[in-house]
Amino acid sequence: MANGGDDGDPRLMVSGKALVKRFGGVAAVDGIDVEVRSGEAFGFLGPNGAGKSSTMRMVACVSPRSDGELRVLGMDPDKDGPRIRARIGVVPQLDNLDAELTVRQNLQVYGRYFGLSRAHVRAKAVELMAFAELSDRADDPVDPLSGGMKRRLTIARSMVNDPELMLLDEPTTGLDPQARHLLWGRLYQLKQQGVTLIITTHDMHEAEQLCDRLVVMDGGRIVAEGSPASLIARYSTREVLELRFAPGEQDGQVSRVADLAERSEALPDRLLLYTADGEATLEAAHARGLRPVSTLIRRSTLEDVFLRLTGRSLVD
Amino acid sequence: MSTDPGPPAQRATGTVVPGWRAMWLRVEGHWAWYRRYWRSSLYSSGIEPLLFLAAMGLGFGSQVEAGPATGGHSYLHYVTPALLVAGAVMSGMGESSFPVLSGFKWQKDYIAVTATPITPGQLLGGQLAWLGIRLTLSGVVYGLVALTFGAWLRPGAVLVVAVGVLAGLACAAPVMALAAATYDEGRRFIVMFRFVMVPMMLFSATFFPIDRIPIELRWLTWISPLWHGNELARAAALGGGDPLAVAGHAAFLLALFAGGVVLARRLFYRRLVV
Repeated sequence: MANGGDDGDPRLMVSGKALVKRFGGVAAVDGIDVEVRSGEAFGFLGPNGAGKSSTMRMVACVSPRSDGELRVLGMDPDKDGPRIRARIGVVPQLDNLDAELTVRQNLQVYGRYFGLSRAHVRAKAVELMAFAELSDRADDPVDPLSGGMKRRLTIARSMVNDPELMLLDEPTTGLDPQARHLLWGRLYQLKQQGVTLIITTHDMHEAEQLCDRLVVMDGGRIVAEGSPASLIARYSTREVLELRFAPGEQDGQVSRVADLAERSEALPDRLLLYTADGEATLEAAHARGLRPVSTLIRRSTLEDVFLRLTGRSLVD
Repeated sequence: MSTDPGPPAQRATGTVVPGWRAMWLRVEGHWAWYRRYWRSSLYSSGIEPLLFLAAMGLGFGSQVEAGPATGGHSYLHYVTPALLVAGAVMSGMGESSFPVLSGFKWQKDYIAVTATPITPGQLLGGQLAWLGIRLTLSGVVYGLVALTFGAWLRPGAVLVVAVGVLAGLACAAPVMALAAATYDEGRRFIVMFRFVMVPMMLFSATFFPIDRIPIELRWLTWISPLWHGNELARAAALGGGDPLAVAGHAAFLLALFAGGVVLARRLFYRRLVV
């Protein structure tokens, strides 16, 4: 526990063993093992209620663990909460900016809580406003800003202490595609700078774009772990054939084609056939007399992995 | 796990700020807000009691003769110190209700602050310190204007501002605790204003002495923090206070404040560290 409490592997930013969080009798996080290394972009993927946010709150040192081991930056959140929080950046699920202050004041006031000097936060605010493309709104109050601007400001604010580790809880939920791409660009930039990112999301595309490694959570447990590509390779096929039928005509079609694919999944609005060669499978299905309204051949995504592992769609 | 660790990360610039300074940083944050909104804020907390003073002290008071009930003083001199304390108590309770609940629930800035090295206890301390500063500011403004009315009799009256701050904070701390334990839309505050604050203002010997209150109801006045504040304020402004009584009134307010802080601190942690 010498110099900053960095014991164990110094490159280990977060390490949790058999980590549990209970609320009343209910285990929101039910014994997970997780390790995040320096410079990594790590994702928690899962539906609402999977335990992602509860895990994030424990790592952010605002929620004591109920059981198990947890080290963040080599320190114990129960004992060293403020010291850990001084070195991390937190982007909460819901923006909690000070709506009555200006963009600049939000950054400066927040920076002061990290013990930074006035001169430092003044300069830092200018730098962060440029990063978040908010320089022209510097002295406007936060309240009338768009959702995307507020989100960018929240992310910029979390960087005011040059954090070594950033915790982003659903950073792009509720943003339009343009705003989302801008944010992804910024997060990618951070990653390039060597900042460790931990991201929760239920957006598979986001996870594939940003995460080097991720875990899929369901019901408070980790059900799979790996890089996006390795998870797809392990739990899904190369391609997916989607067949859409007119309402009411889908029932009974599964049994006619199930043997054409490695695996099939009947969603309310379409039939998914998991196969190495979507084109060939489609031909075979046509040969059996199937007449779907529309078809789509695509590569497997994390959504398919999730469907396989939990039996339900991520957007539930 | 063959992930490339990438270039070595920067060392964060954040540090842990020691307790009292951390509290002060929260005050500084409030000050940034105040610089933008001081006019409306000072109006509601400082000018409002002055309207009362004009109406009650000068207007209504002109019809009241100095007598034993006012300790031989003019009604203006009698009511001026109590109105400062009543104003401080009202704004202390008001500022600790919905604005504090908003920190937890609507604006959620308390959640943002406690994600930094600042702890919930320091956040609460900053909140109380800031309130104390605002009560001082509005007390001083009120006191200076009252001075131009000739409403103060002796230099000891400057202590009335301190009494107002003490009484305001003593009432604020338990209300902050209540706000930390409020998870709904805060209807209980409306009830509190209507059934606790207003009766307290009316029956705490603010406008007339306690001996006009029927003996069987007088205990309600005795437990009213505003009454203790009023007694202290009159002792300072008009003189002639019994030292033992003064100590008792001060002890009551200090105890209420201390109890409120202990409770609020516990409830702040319960709300923010879950």
